[in-house]
Amino acid sequence: MTQKSLAATAYLSLMYVFLYLPIIVLVLYSFNNAQYSLVWKGFTWDWYRALFENSSLWVATYHSLLLGAAAATVATGIGVLAAVSLYRYRFFGRQFLNGLIFILILSPEIVTGAALLILFTLICLPLGFLSLLISHITFCLPFVIVVAYSRLVSFDKNIFEAAKDLGASEGVIFGRIIFPLLWPALFSAWLLSFTLSLDDVIISYFVAGPEFQILPLQIYAMVRSGIKPEINALCSVLFFITLFFVLLSQLVLRKKA
Amino acid sequence: MKRDAGFKHFSLTVVWSWLFLFALLPFSLVVIASWLSHHADHFVSLPFTVDNYRALNNLIYLHIFERSFVVAGIATMGCLLLGYPFAYCLARIQGVRKAVLIMLIMIPFWTSSLIRSYALIAILKARGILNSVLLGLGVIHQPLSILFTHEAVIIGLIYNLLPFMVLPILTNVERLDNRLIDAARDLGANRLTVFRKIIIPLTMPGILAGCILVFLPAMTLFYISDILGGAKSILLGNLIQNQFLITQHWPLGSAMSVMLTAVLAVLIALYAWKTRGSKNREWMA
Repeated sequence: MTQKSLAATAYLSLMYVFLYLPIIVLVLYSFNNAQYSLVWKGFTWDWYRALFENSSLWVATYHSLLLGAAAATVATGIGVLAAVSLYRYRFFGRQFLNGLIFILILSPEIVTGAALLILFTLICLPLGFLSLLISHITFCLPFVIVVAYSRLVSFDKNIFEAAKDLGASEGVIFGRIIFPLLWPALFSAWLLSFTLSLDDVIISYFVAGPEFQILPLQIYAMVRSGIKPEINALCSVLFFITLFFVLLSQLVLRKKA
Repeated sequence: MKRDAGFKHFSLTVVWSWLFLFALLPFSLVVIASWLSHHADHFVSLPFTVDNYRALNNLIYLHIFERSFVVAGIATMGCLLLGYPFAYCLARIQGVRKAVLIMLIMIPFWTSSLIRSYALIAILKARGILNSVLLGLGVIHQPLSILFTHEAVIIGLIYNLLPFMVLPILTNVERLDNRLIDAARDLGANRLTVFRKIIIPLTMPGILAGCILVFLPAMTLFYISDILGGAKSILLGNLIQNQFLITQHWPLGSAMSVMLTAVLAVLIALYAWKTRGSKNREWMA
């Protein structure tokens, strides 16, 4: 029995090493005082300093944070309305709406990106902040709906019935009951949407114009050209930013669960 | 009752408008564009044609289609072989330790896969960690050239998509009724039989869900093959992206997208059919 659990522990450890070793190496090398060498040449902040002085990266970071916050906010707003509608109402086309959300989750990002590019071209929307915002809201939306809906299902339905019997309108039920109960899930959904937006490469690649620079696409361009040694530092920073938001969102979600 | 309709109408209008304008309409446009002709200035133009689909029947494209399928298939098998024992071991752990370990699988799920793919380069490159370790141990005598091959792309895909396999299987293994296993053992089944005849069939919905969640993105994550595979390993994702953003042959790119979506839809339909009536049907991890 102990031998068996020892084997299981060893296997799990190996898997976690596989999952985390590259990231740990990446972070370590962002402090290595050598441009490309694998050998440790001493500790340095140089690459972080180079990042700090790179003004185009600052602009891209600002754009990404702005985009992420705006997309997450709108997606959470629309997403909660969708989740509540699906949960509380029977309406024409409900199954179809479900199906559409399902398609949005499963359709390959590359197809979503191409589809939105065609749409924006057709309606003559110039590629830039607005096209990115619409796209990011669209791909965050299903995640918000899933998180909010799965939380709604866990509530006692009688609460809403009681409120209704006591004369509360749908708007009041939403504002006074559903929203206060749901907000930890919504906050968590907001944070997850924010990180999704911050990390997205594929869809953004299609709908970002040349003018509005965002961080993941700049990283992609840097990684492809592969010449700047401060990429390690930049990737480490972005990794820890998203890590922070993911941990925060899980904490919020779990606390109330 | 009437005054209540306001909120409901407001919600439904907002939700429907958004999903109609930015989900249903764009997807329909891809289908329409795939039947249109190529135009140098306006990207697409009339007349309607089937040429784009006919053009797909071309040895180069078929070869890329086939290669994408094989690479994604191998990556899926790799994830299954690594992920199944992973989920199984994890399900046996209890308490806080388990919560932390699950959290550690969720993190790669949400953090940038571009960054994680880039991180693999330092491991895989000719003078990277893997080669240094293997050379040091005397396992190999010459550095392996893994980076910029199909193998590197497969490793990258497995590395990025493993959580998508582990999480649905884990949900299924956790729901496994241990009494069934005990009963089988009491009736004289050996370990292998129990595994083959009880554990595998009962966790099949998780296995299938995991395979789909890995296979779908594996076909189209173009930046992984771009970063790790170099110019040689063009996969379907790179091909579609090229049609839209480089050669700007939108109708052809649309036709490829439609074909890809059709293939994936068949796989999903197969999954739905295979797991019909099962309570363990699990989409979202």
